Amino acid sequence: MPDPIHQFEIKRLVPFDLFGLDATFTNSSLFMVLAAGIISGFLIVSMRGRSLVPTRLQSLSEILYEFVANMVRDTMGAGHGAMKYFPLVFTIFIFILTLNMLGMIPGFFTVTSHLAVTAGLALLVFVIVLAVGFAKNGVGFLKLFVPSGVPIYVLPLVVMIEIISFLSRPISHSVRLFANMLAGHITLKVFAGFIIMLLGAGGAYGVLAILPLTMATALTALEFLVAFLQAYVFAMLTCMYLNDALHPGH
Amino acid sequence: MAQPHNTETGVPHEAGHSTAFPPLDPNNFAPQLIWLAITFAALYTVLSRVALPRIGEVIEERRDRIQRDLDAAERLKSETEKALRDYEQSLADARNKSGAIARETRDRLAAETERERAEVDAAVNAKIADAEKRINEMKTTALSSVNDIAAETAGAIVGKLLGEDVSVAEVKKVL
Repeated sequence: MPDPIHQFEIKRLVPFDLFGLDATFTNSSLFMVLAAGIISGFLIVSMRGRSLVPTRLQSLSEILYEFVANMVRDTMGAGHGAMKYFPLVFTIFIFILTLNMLGMIPGFFTVTSHLAVTAGLALLVFVIVLAVGFAKNGVGFLKLFVPSGVPIYVLPLVVMIEIISFLSRPISHSVRLFANMLAGHITLKVFAGFIIMLLGAGGAYGVLAILPLTMATALTALEFLVAFLQAYVFAMLTCMYLNDALHPGH
Repeated sequence: MAQPHNTETGVPHEAGHSTAFPPLDPNNFAPQLIWLAITFAALYTVLSRVALPRIGEVIEERRDRIQRDLDAAERLKSETEKALRDYEQSLADARNKSGAIARETRDRLAAETERERAEVDAAVNAKIADAEKRINEMKTTALSSVNDIAAETAGAIVGKLLGEDVSVAEVKKVL
């Protein structure tokens, strides 16, 4: 049976040393560069005409823009202060979406199925939320941990829970995306392995291969949905966390 | 079953990589994080400096253009309505004016007719009076002539009867 873990292996393509750090150009790096290139290329080329009446590609870019802009406006308010973070949310959303979608192409590497990448993005959001929160509100940002309307005798407990839930945000934020992509790709590979096993067994078993084939087909459709949905969820949570930084009062 | 040393890509397993689960292998963290930082920073710079402002501008421009067109349409509509009101106003004015002219003309013509009729009446009445006067005169003359004729006739009859001439004066005397 083919190894379902093999697809996640990091292949070291060009060894590279950066100030003593291991900055080897791997297949993961290759797909990150590829995704960044595809996104920049598409968004710039599709808008080349700057038409008042958009072409198909241009309207796709505009739909993506409006989709994320509405997400930012709905969660963080329509003010100029919120739209300052729109490029960040858009970059996070489109980067994850493209990496997830590239991973759906057979033989391609899924960058977001590695914890280091999703944790890196989640920590980036966490650090930005902390920085923005304290820069905008000063000590008032700590109000985030003190919900209003809570009786004084349970307040210490509630504050502790709030702090723990705040600190665990980057964990849930990163593991959600990582685990979804990892589990989805493993499941797909396992079912694909069943098809090969049954066909290899020959005879009547070959006919049974139709069952995992059906399953793998359905799972592929589901995985496309998950690929979009997880990018959306990651961006949406980023918006909500940034909203906490801008308006810490519950 | 597939051969144990071959995967779907045909690349044999490397012994060193099978020990750790690759997505959680700490040896892979540094290169991934460094390249994530590089690519994400580059992508963020390109998107926030070039791509996104461009899309935003186009959308904004379209929104402005639509708003401008709507405003222009609104303005033209109100202008049209004003022109229509003006037209209706002047139509009503013209109608009133023509009514006034017609009434005036009718009155003027009626007065003229009345005056002419009065003149004709007067002329006719004068002629009638004149004619009546002449008739009366003629009647008087005729009546006075009747006496003369009667006297003459009577004189003639008497003359025939008596065989002598009787003058009219004598007859009148007798009568």
